[in-house]
Amino acid sequence: MNQPLIVTATRKAGTRVSMAVGAVVVLVLLALPLLSLLPDGHALQVSAYTLTLVGKVLCYAIVALALDLVWGYAGLLSLGHGLFFALGGYAMGMYLMRQAAGDGLPGFMTFLSWSELPWYWAGTQHFAWALCLVVLAPGLLALVFGFFAFRSRIKGVYFSIMTQALTFAGMLLFFRNETGFGGNNGFTSFRTIVGFDIAAQGTRAVLFLLTVGLLLGSLFLCWRLTQSKFGRLLTAVRDAENRLMFCGYDPRGFKLLVWVLSAVLCGLAGALYVPQVGIINPSEMSPTNSIEAAVWVALGGRGTLIGPLLGAGLVNGMKSWFTVAFPEFWLFFLGALFILVTLYLPKGVVGLVKKRSQP
Amino acid sequence: MLRLLLTFLLLLPLATQASEGEFFLSAKPAEQARLLETWAAQPDAARLPLLDNLRQGRIAENDTRKLRLNNRLRGLIDNALASHQLLSDNSAIRLASAQQLQKSAQPAQMAFLDRRFAAEPDAAVHAALGLALANLQLGASDPAVRLAAVRLLGETGDPLARTRLEALLQPNAETDAAVRTAAETSLAQVQRKLLVGELLGQAFSGLSLGSILLLAALGLAITFGLLGVINMAHGEMLMLGAYSTYMVQVLLQRYAPGAIEFYPLIALPVAFAVSAGVGMALERTVIRHLYGRPLETLLATWGISLILIQAVRLLFGAQNVEVSNPAWLSGGIQVLPNLVLPYNRLVIIGFALAVVLLTWLLLNRTRLGLNVRAVTQNRNMAACCGVSTGRVDMLAFGLGSGIAGLGGVALSQVGNVGPDLGQSYIIDSFLVVVLGGVGQLAGSLWAAFGLGIANKLLEPQIGAVLGKILILALIILFIQKRPQGLFALKGRVID
Repeated sequence: MNQPLIVTATRKAGTRVSMAVGAVVVLVLLALPLLSLLPDGHALQVSAYTLTLVGKVLCYAIVALALDLVWGYAGLLSLGHGLFFALGGYAMGMYLMRQAAGDGLPGFMTFLSWSELPWYWAGTQHFAWALCLVVLAPGLLALVFGFFAFRSRIKGVYFSIMTQALTFAGMLLFFRNETGFGGNNGFTSFRTIVGFDIAAQGTRAVLFLLTVGLLLGSLFLCWRLTQSKFGRLLTAVRDAENRLMFCGYDPRGFKLLVWVLSAVLCGLAGALYVPQVGIINPSEMSPTNSIEAAVWVALGGRGTLIGPLLGAGLVNGMKSWFTVAFPEFWLFFLGALFILVTLYLPKGVVGLVKKRSQP
Repeated sequence: MLRLLLTFLLLLPLATQASEGEFFLSAKPAEQARLLETWAAQPDAARLPLLDNLRQGRIAENDTRKLRLNNRLRGLIDNALASHQLLSDNSAIRLASAQQLQKSAQPAQMAFLDRRFAAEPDAAVHAALGLALANLQLGASDPAVRLAAVRLLGETGDPLARTRLEALLQPNAETDAAVRTAAETSLAQVQRKLLVGELLGQAFSGLSLGSILLLAALGLAITFGLLGVINMAHGEMLMLGAYSTYMVQVLLQRYAPGAIEFYPLIALPVAFAVSAGVGMALERTVIRHLYGRPLETLLATWGISLILIQAVRLLFGAQNVEVSNPAWLSGGIQVLPNLVLPYNRLVIIGFALAVVLLTWLLLNRTRLGLNVRAVTQNRNMAACCGVSTGRVDMLAFGLGSGIAGLGGVALSQVGNVGPDLGQSYIIDSFLVVVLGGVGQLAGSLWAAFGLGIANKLLEPQIGAVLGKILILALIILFIQKRPQGLFALKGRVID
């Protein structure tokens, strides 16, 4: 016990403080939708705008967590997570479009003078099938891509580039009108979800609560995973894949599992994002969006579970402030953030805090 | 006496011309039309100035009397002029006039066209004349003449011949069965020739795209091979090169308009210097600190690219700036009736190959190249042998960025110059590097041209987007077979 007592005390207090902060944040998040239900003009009322904004950031936080799972733990930097996010969003959007269109065709299809739905729209009027699609579309794509990528042991920057090209190709595909997903404009002007008015305060509050629930659920899942033997294997894949193979493990299955899981989490986040924000279009798949998600994780701290959530919140909060206050300088700021974080904060904000508390 | 005679002989054409002009001026419109038709059927080189003047609505240069021309007369004048210009010594003028005659020739000109067709030495003009002649003969009442015309059309490979033959094959257009069958075979022939032209055209645009990809990917391959980092800001080096070209153009327009013709040549060293300078500065200030952490480098260079794009947007505006081709780069060579090879693309293909050659010489025949190769193969050993690896890194990064700057000059001659210019090429050039293998010039060369041609050949068949997706899928499958790319360095290191 060479350390001064005070250091030990702050360290113990540190975990306790962070636990307390976490609990407060969760409580606030749970309270927000309830406060939004208060009547107009009430001092504590939370506006629909704020609720949507926070809900959006929470969806991004799930993406960041999913990305952290593959990048921070398994060392696979994906620059294509926007694709999985958008696929989940599109699957949910298909259901919402069918709800809005009733028995007829969605508006953009009548505009293209199509007479019937393409085959892949079959069954999307059922909410349950839409939920299956939310999981299946990103999951299967990740499975096929991951299978081939990991089989030929693509890793490092090669893997990043291939995922970037994948999301770029997806964006080009969805931009086409003939693909049957509304082309440029994507899906918008939704009306109802499982019979409830999508713009109603109550629906918004429920969607928000679901997002918080998904976030906490995925946090718990990731926590259990990373604490288990599986998590240690992932770290081994990240740090010394060849040595792991010499030890007799086949890393492909582990990588594939965590990769698909991460994609599915992104898809679920996308599915919750679309009804809250009210629009999904192919620009969600642009490589820019996916790589921005990487900076959320990097800023918060890779290889930690809280870091990505913190990063997503910080960057998106700054983004919504900057784009109003100094729209021309947001890209300068974001660019500088990329550079400074990689140069000076390799472990992110969480690493910084940890360093402070344990000198 | 002799002198007098000679003077008279010299003046004779002038005199006839003047009298013909007077006659034309005094004639009634119907008479004028008949006159023009006769002239078109029997051209005389001496009548050329008169026709030129008629076209401008006068009978002589200093004559103030106005001619009244209707559209029919104007058309007839054009036709007669074209007919006369066929006698010109300049093959370009003859070609233009033959193309005019394809549209406007009258049956009375057939005999004259037949004679010129037989005597024409230039292949392109010969083909164009043949088409004009066949066009005329299709209207003949004698089926034998029509048959000959249809056969003649089959021998040309012109899109115009295809439309004529297709019109002929419409129901009720042609009654003679023999001519119909001949027309069908001719149409098939023409289409085959056109297909060849189209395929060659696609292959050429593939080569052109490939040469641009090559210029974009070459520097990327060098820096990736050497430092093991992917420079996401590489596309912005292309952009900086293109904007340097724009700046050179603007400055020359203002201060040295005489040299504006050669501004792309002046822009080459400027663009190289600008891009290389920016590249070296980035290497020293940011990338140097991130060696051994390739994924972080990727993110940091992405940040750099965001800043560069936004800076250019603030400086030059978000719209595209205008970079124009100098005269010697506009136009092209007409190889087949439906295949024109533009000079700017031809020059760029040559330029890209020259850059590859220079880079190869630089890497294989100079001290710097030796050092670069040594550091690429084994950094620690090279450092032990006294190679200053930091300096080599900086210079190689500058070289890679500079090559991208040269690529930007080339791009400015074929595409739009805007702040997002680099973004549209960067993913494709990454794929070139992935496909070609690391640090291999030959690999980059084959991969760039292969990708370019595959892109352009697939484009008309299944569309640009599906073509891109198919190519991506093929690359992923290809990597299954050869994870290190087409040309891999053999190594014995495993981490």
